[in-house]
Order: sequence, then structure tokens, then C-alpha cells
Amino acid sequence: MTLTNYMNRKELLGFLILAAVIFIVLPLALDTFRLNLFGKYLTYAFVAIGLALCWGAGGILSLGQGIFFGLGGYCMAMFLKLEASTPENTAIQSTPGIPDFMDWNQLTALPIWWQPFHSLAFTMLAVVMVPVVFAFIIGFAMFTRRVGGVYFAIITQAFAAILTILIIGQQGYTGGVNGITDLRTLLGWDIRTDEAKNILYFVNGALLFVVLLIAQFVRKSKLGRLLIAMRDQEDRVRFSGYNVANFKIFIFCLGAAFAGVGGAMFTLQVGFMSPTLVGIVPSIEMVIFCAVGGRLSILGAVYGALLVNLAKTTFSEGFPELWLLGLGGLFIAVVMAFPNGLAGLWSEKVEPLLNRLISKTQSAEAANPNKAPAE
Amino acid sequence: MFADYSMAELGAIFAMQGFAGLILFSVFVLMALGLAIIFGQMGVINMAHGEFMILGAYVTYIVSNIFAAYLPSLFGIYFFIAMFLAFIASGALGLFIEWAMIRHLYKRPLDTLLATWGLSLILQQIYRSVFGAREVGVSIPDWMMGSLPLTDLIEIPINGIFVMVLAVSISLAVYIMMFRSTWGRQVRAINQNRVMAGAVGINTEWTDRLTFGIGCGVAGVAGSAFTMIGSTGPTAGQLYIVDTFLVVVFGGAASLLGTIASAFSISQAQSIMEFFLSGSMAKVITLLVVVGILMIRPQGLFALKLRK
Repeated sequence: MTLTNYMNRKELLGFLILAAVIFIVLPLALDTFRLNLFGKYLTYAFVAIGLALCWGAGGILSLGQGIFFGLGGYCMAMFLKLEASTPENTAIQSTPGIPDFMDWNQLTALPIWWQPFHSLAFTMLAVVMVPVVFAFIIGFAMFTRRVGGVYFAIITQAFAAILTILIIGQQGYTGGVNGITDLRTLLGWDIRTDEAKNILYFVNGALLFVVLLIAQFVRKSKLGRLLIAMRDQEDRVRFSGYNVANFKIFIFCLGAAFAGVGGAMFTLQVGFMSPTLVGIVPSIEMVIFCAVGGRLSILGAVYGALLVNLAKTTFSEGFPELWLLGLGGLFIAVVMAFPNGLAGLWSEKVEPLLNRLISKTQSAEAANPNKAPAE
Repeated sequence: MFADYSMAELGAIFAMQGFAGLILFSVFVLMALGLAIIFGQMGVINMAHGEFMILGAYVTYIVSNIFAAYLPSLFGIYFFIAMFLAFIASGALGLFIEWAMIRHLYKRPLDTLLATWGLSLILQQIYRSVFGAREVGVSIPDWMMGSLPLTDLIEIPINGIFVMVLAVSISLAVYIMMFRSTWGRQVRAINQNRVMAGAVGINTEWTDRLTFGIGCGVAGVAGSAFTMIGSTGPTAGQLYIVDTFLVVVFGGAASLLGTIASAFSISQAQSIMEFFLSGSMAKVITLLVVVGILMIRPQGLFALKLRK
């Protein structure tokens, strides 16, 4: 694959603009608190990019991306919690050295499956691998039996429900409904200071671009074309001799890995992880991020996550009643009126207009997209 | 764990737990019937199904208040009128939604799912604005209160029996509509082969709309019945939607009998396990088993043999 196949000039411009927005415009324009908030929104963008591949390209709608986001986030949170629960810090507990919620639930020793999370290397591996293994099990069972479409959506949703009930029910092991809170340091580095938050924002942005570049590679590769072919005519791809199930499993696992990384970054930046980010409602909201941005566009997914969350924060601060109506209306509007979301609007309405302007004035500089999120 | 109980007590526990399972079964059946019509026959995912149910519950709440204020002498029978009105209200809303939204999305089932989710959010917010965020309960008529003592240890609440009777009669009514009426024949014909059904003169568009309306109406009746055993809040519908979909999918989407059988097995399994484990673990295990079986047998328990 040559470089021009990988990314044409227009796409490169889109990437550069997004990079400018994330690395230059937002950090300059916002204080640390708001920047941290945008960092949180960007962690949802990881999930939305995965969904753009699974759903937009592959036609697999997963209503359980919250599972993978949560698993990644919980893996990170377990590591940070263990680091925060040194015997000195927890000296007032009846069993010092274990996380506080375990002590409250009369546990006297750390469960075996918590032990490996003392190691950062294992944790970083787990952040990616736990969601992938989980996605592989679900995907293998479903796709090899040719379950797809709405059945797949409902069953992934059921898994999201099961995991939430399990996390809430097993308080002693998971922190229950409050989740894992009071996270302090990463290898001795305090993640709660303003400086740390700024650094984490940039780390998050860099990771987001790694994920975007991987997604772009998948889109442009033969696999990406096969995915779109499968979405449109699954049987023809199968009759052409391809093993459809394997491709679907792969893309579902890739989406899960992205979501897991997003979840881990969420934990680091926000400082807690709770079942409210795992369940049915957050999972389906993650789909709307992707749908608003344009389900076919990976860059659109990032803008979608930013815009919807910005709107959510703005409205639910001022008018909580309006927000649910607005979100509901957004679901309906994006499906009925703009099935290709912002990216669709851009390429159908704005781009032709710009092209006409450019050919009229002959000034290529006019192609300055106004799609950047409003501050 | 049984050592602390005598034989008689143990028998009573099982009987009571079995009865609790039967009430849960009735609830599942009532919820799933409407969904079985809409999802099973039309293949439409209606995530707002729970909100149609809650609409029925709120209609019942309004009617009961009106009767208490203006017609106290007839309070004993208000429920039947409320149930009828709940059917009309939910059904009418269903007809409207089908016309405004669903019919444009028949070719895109996944998008229907998202659009109806949006609808459910809007309905929830409307309920919250109109009726308040707190749960409301209706005052049930005198004849439905109290319980029926079977033996010294076993007592059966009358409202539970009433809900069970309702579940059975509504299932029968749906069965008769489905298999004996013209509408039912047309729906099944369309389900089997839409193009041919249209070719022999069935108005498929109108039948679709009517089917969606009736499914929503049945949901309204279910919601009405719920007010007899519990209170109603704006988000109550969402709590049940996953369970209900699993019941319908587990039973085999197009089979009414399958829906009832799966509602029975899921509810019994859950309520019996609830006695031995915590409530949340009982639910986790039940759902996991159901999902596990669905992975091995995606077509559900009772599958119609169709040529696709």
C-alpha cells in the first residue's frame, strides 16, 4: 500500500485540521478544567471510531460497546486503586492494604484475580486484551452461527445489562454502584494535579491519533473494502470464498480494543470508574456519537463525540428537561433526516459549495472547514 | 440450608416462591405479547415498547383518580374502563408513530432501533414533566385487596390472581385475533411472503400500521395491569425492555406459544433462584443461561420453518 493509497490529500487535510483542533486550538482556548472535560469527551471518541468501523463499514451494530469501555476502564482503575491502597494509606481499616470498599464489605484478603493488577505492564496489556477476549467470545459464538443484525444488537445489549447487574451486585469485588473511586497516583505520579491533567490530555490525544491511523489503514485496506461488501451483500462475499465470520470477529475485536483504550484513558483523566458507564444507556449513547458524526466517517465520529457531549454538558447543566428531549430528537433526526450525519452534510452540502467558491475565486485557501466544535 | 425449616414450611416456601414466579410470569407474558406481535410478525424493534406500557399505566392512574373524585359508587369497576382506555390511548399513539416514523424505516431495522430509542427518551421526559419524577400508585378497589388463605402457611394475594387471570385472557384474545380473525390471517400471510400477500390483494401498508397499533395497544393493557401490583414511574418501562426482548427472542420471534413458554421458564428459573441466591445473582445467571442458549440456538425455542 503506497502512501497516496493510504490517505489522499483531502483526507490528509481532514486529519491535519483535527490535529490542529485537538493539539493547538483546544489547549490554547480552554482552562485546565474545561480541557480535562474535553479530554473526557475524546475518550468516547475511541468508542465512536470503533463503532464507525463495526457499524458504519461492517454493518454490525453493537449496543454493548459500554462493556468494553468499562472493562478497559476497570482494568486501569484496579491498578490505580491497588496503588492508592498501600498499607500506610489504609492503616485505619481492619485489614490494611486492600482497597477500601473491600474492607467495607468484610473482605479480609485481596481476591486472586486482583493480584496481577499490581503490575503496570500487565494492566496495560489487560486494558486491551480483556475487552478483546470478551469480544472474541461473543463474536465467535454469534458470527460463526450467522447471527447478525438486530439479534446481535439485542444480545450485546443483554450483555451490557448482565455486566452492570454483576458489577453492582458484587460490591465487595468491584466497588458496587459507586464504582472504583479515590484514585491517586500512577507509579507515584499524582494524576490529580493540573499539570498531570494537561499531560494526560495530550497523551489521550496522541493515542486517539494512533487509533485513527489504524482505523484509516483498515478502511483503506482490502479488509475495509470487504467489510463494506459484507455489509451490503453478505452472501455474495461468502460465495466468493471469503470467511465472513472471521472478518466480522476481527473488526468487532478491534472496536472492543479501541473502546478498552478509551475506557482506560477515561479512568486516568476523570479519576474514577463506575457501572454507570457500562450499562445499556451509555452503550446506546455511544452509538449516537458515531451516528451524529456520520457512521461512515472516522473523523466524523470524533467530532460527533465532541459535539454531543458538549451539548450534553451545556444543556444538562442549565435545562435538564430539555436535554432528554433534545437527545431523543437527535436520535430520531439523525436516523430519519441525516443518516450520514455531519460527515454526510459536509460532503453533500458544504463541499460542493466550497468547490464552487474555489472555482470561482481560484483561491484554495477558502477551503477552511468550519466543522470544528464550537467552544 | 434446608435444615432450619420443617417439611411443611419448606413446602409453603416453595409454593409461595412458585406463586411469585407465576406473577412474574404473568408480567412477562403481558409485556412480551405486544412485542411478540410487533417484533415477531413485523420484525420491527420497538425500544419504546416499555413507554407504551407506561402510557397505559398512567391512563389507568388518571381514570382511577377521576372515578375516585366523581363516581365513587362505580369505583369497583373503574379498572375495566381504564384498561379499555389504555388500549385505545397506546394503540392510537402506536398508529401515529407507525405513520410518522416506522413506515419510513422498514428497510433499515437497525435504524428503527435507534429511532425508537429516541422516541422512548422523549416519552420518558414527557411523562416526567406531566406526572412528576416520583412514582405514582393507584388505589385498587376493595375487592382486589387482601389475600386468599389456602392453608395456614400459604396465602395468595388477590391482585396477583387477578393479574394472572388477565394475562391468560389477554393471551387467549391475542391468540384468537392472530389465528381466527381476518387481520391475523393477513398478518401471518405478510410475514410469510410480503410480495405475494400484496399480490393477492392484502393492503400490506394498512395491515402493518394496524399490527403496530394493536401491539402497542396490548402493551398499554399490560401497563394498566401493572398498576394493580406496583407503582408507576417515568423510567419504569426502560427497566423491563431488555428482559422483554430476551423473552421474545428466546421463545422464537414469530411464535406466540414460544413466547409464553419462554416467559414461563425464565420467570420460574429466576424466582426459584432468587430464594437461594441474591436477587442480582439470580438475574445474572438467568440472563446468562438465556443468552448462552441463544448463542447455540439463535432461532429460539420454537422456530417457524420459513423459506427465506
